[in-house]
Amino acid sequence: MRALKTAILSAALALGLAGAAQASEAVHLDKQNWPHSGVFGTIDKAAAQRGFQVYKEVCSACHSMRLVPIRTLAGIGFKDDELKALAAGYEVQAGPNDAGEMFMRPGLPADRFPSPFPNDNAARAANNGALPPDLSLIAKARVGGEDYIYSFLTGFEDPAPAGVNLMPGMNYNKVFPGHQVGMPNILQPDGVTYADGTKATVEQEAKDVSTFLTFVAEPHLDERKQMGVKVILFLLVLAGLMYASKRKLWSTLH
Amino acid sequence: MAQAQASKFKNPLVNWIDSRLPIFTMLDHEYNHYPMPRNVNYLWAFGAIAGIMLVVMIATGLFLAMQYSSHTSLAFDSVERIMRDVNYGWLLRYVHANGASMFFIAVYIHMFRGLYYGSYKAPREILWILGVIIFLVMMGTAFMGYVLPWGQMSFWGATVITNLFSAFPIVGDPIVTLLWGGFSVDNPTLNRFFALHFLLPFVLLGLVILHTAALHVCGSNNPLGIEPKGPQDTVPFNPYVTLKDGFAVVVFFIVFAAFVFFMPNYMGHPDNYIPANPLVTPAHIVPEWYFLPFYAILRAIPDKLGGVIAMFGSIALLLVLPWLDTSKVRSCKFRPIYRQFFWILAIDGLVLGYAGAMPAEGSWLLIARIGTFYYFFHFLVLLPVLGKLERPLPLPNSISEAVLKGGAHAKPMEKA
Amino acid sequence: MAQTTHPPGTGGHAASGDGSTRRDFLYLATGAVGVVGAASAAWPFISSMNPAADTLALASIDVDLAPVAEGQAITVTWRGKPVFVRHRNAKEIEEAKTVNLGDLRDPASDESRVKKPEWLIVVGICTHLGCVPLGQKVTDPRGDFDGWFCPCHGSHYDTAGRIRKGPAPANLVLPPYAFTSDTKIRLG
Repeated sequence: MRALKTAILSAALALGLAGAAQASEAVHLDKQNWPHSGVFGTIDKAAAQRGFQVYKEVCSACHSMRLVPIRTLAGIGFKDDELKALAAGYEVQAGPNDAGEMFMRPGLPADRFPSPFPNDNAARAANNGALPPDLSLIAKARVGGEDYIYSFLTGFEDPAPAGVNLMPGMNYNKVFPGHQVGMPNILQPDGVTYADGTKATVEQEAKDVSTFLTFVAEPHLDERKQMGVKVILFLLVLAGLMYASKRKLWSTLH
Repeated sequence: MAQAQASKFKNPLVNWIDSRLPIFTMLDHEYNHYPMPRNVNYLWAFGAIAGIMLVVMIATGLFLAMQYSSHTSLAFDSVERIMRDVNYGWLLRYVHANGASMFFIAVYIHMFRGLYYGSYKAPREILWILGVIIFLVMMGTAFMGYVLPWGQMSFWGATVITNLFSAFPIVGDPIVTLLWGGFSVDNPTLNRFFALHFLLPFVLLGLVILHTAALHVCGSNNPLGIEPKGPQDTVPFNPYVTLKDGFAVVVFFIVFAAFVFFMPNYMGHPDNYIPANPLVTPAHIVPEWYFLPFYAILRAIPDKLGGVIAMFGSIALLLVLPWLDTSKVRSCKFRPIYRQFFWILAIDGLVLGYAGAMPAEGSWLLIARIGTFYYFFHFLVLLPVLGKLERPLPLPNSISEAVLKGGAHAKPMEKA
Repeated sequence: MAQTTHPPGTGGHAASGDGSTRRDFLYLATGAVGVVGAASAAWPFISSMNPAADTLALASIDVDLAPVAEGQAITVTWRGKPVFVRHRNAKEIEEAKTVNLGDLRDPASDESRVKKPEWLIVVGICTHLGCVPLGQKVTDPRGDFDGWFCPCHGSHYDTAGRIRKGPAPANLVLPPYAFTSDTKIRLG
């Protein structure tokens, strides 16, 4: 038993080192208390729905979400007919038709969110050379995850702090690596009007859209944690039984 | 001899088969009656744990391969389809990805156990060498597996590691071109890595069978490092050790499950959720944690070829370890001086791992160099010299004697 | 975890006597829980081979019938299979209706095979061994009964998609569909 403890401890130590090593370069993030963090945390569906509204009305002008089918939103409480209506509001390319031409048709829930630009080069050309990253996985593709997104969205400073020589067309952001970013400070107070009456402060919008992006990056997050609790409880019971059996068996020696 | 072998099983079908192909006799002999030293502690369970992890990896890998597309334009999206759309695909992928780390944890503990208790010494040299080869094949398999999702770390990890071979004079560049199947890491590279990543686990399985066969010839070592003298020193493998190992496996699975379900991306890197881009290198590329100590050794040497040789050498010297250690005593329990150096080596491994994750500059570079120096010093100087100089503690006469006397170290069973 | 199911005590060391019942129960319980765990762990693997969410999401499609003139037929893909949509003319409908059901291998009235008499919608896969029968184009051979003819083993289908001659055992399968308007159907 002591040997096992040593082994677990040293493994934990090694992993701790590995994790610490990764986090070493991170800037100070404005850490939030997310309802979806922790062992029993689940996605706040109302916040995620508000976050989707922010994505739809603000972010999606420049940012694609190419890996996410519209039907995914069922996971944050969209009903079947709401999804159909939402999807029908998008135009998706289809074809070729009998004349050999591509054409536009109303979207279906099975379609993925259409991208604002046909390709990366078009996106760069329209954005002063900067490529707005795809948001499908952004919450998993940045150190700090949703805390980074929140800190980034609330981290713009205008004018830039004294002594910072901003390149033309760039904006100052506290947490962006290098602090100069092509994206402008886009979230405004009351920039969206929430249907549920929540006051749309910049912080609220940032928090909601971070929750939404966490959800689209990991649509099975809730399911995963719920299964995890069951699996670990089961394994604890099994471990207890096996330990008792093992002790009984070995006690017959000597 | 055209006569069927005599067999002893009660079930007539089993008997019929066994008298023609004595597979049941073999299993009965190797996994039922196989005598295990009765004083082995829980560190001896990590061999079984590693074996089970191999099975877990092959099983999840097989079902992932049914959904994965090994083409540069499809690979990233097909992994995301597994994560989003395939039934329990997220579970299979997270088990597979974290399973690689857990496999390495088990194997590293298994190796350090062997180092501490001198399990590599005569007559177990071939057993140890097979283990080192398993470790090497595992490293290759894990590296190629990490390339498959075709994220930024996949691509740049593949680029950097394959470029290691360019360090060799004359043959270096042709070798790298051959590995790539082109002039950069691209679709042919991804395809062959997928093919090899599927093949190598079965090579591993074969090696594990050989490793076990060699083990069952010499018998298991034990914390005292002395050979069992008779039945009073051993217990039959089943049910004593199966139950004990089974318990350890379940405890290991609890840790495993904690990662899979609650922090599945902890041991990964966020950059690998960005699709591979051959034109942009991430600011700070690091290999997976289990390669970090070797990566630190690579970067500690200020010469390209020298670094590559040092890195490969650090693993290759494990192959000759049985002959580097001149001490006749196996277990560190009876080697008071060497025991201290063992722990220094273990800490050295952790320090090297940490340095490997840091930028190779300033004090981290210095630390990596000191760590690298100690690593080679330990194996190439300390081990041969200390074996001659050190005066070991007196060994007990037999395992059962040590167990029944209840010496300070030697009663793990009661604690267990 | 399979080890837990081995019956213990084969080692010969386990002493019987006091507490052996309790011990046996403990071993049984451990084994049973272990087996339950192993069996539950198998499910995600098996389940992963079933159709994924993206496949299921595409399970229904809309088809516009307006461009299909009388006497013509179109083939649409539904769940990876060809579906034949034929705009039958009066003669074909008449042929389909006047058949004596007793002569059929797989008896079914024409009314039971269509929702609107002029539109016949069937899965275009021969019920013999899965080939796609000919007969969609006007120039195709349509067999002895003006429907479809399977070139693989010579099955003849009539204008209601019923098997009339050849090795196939059953009529062409009807896909689930509904008219969403006069000229539109939803398959699936």
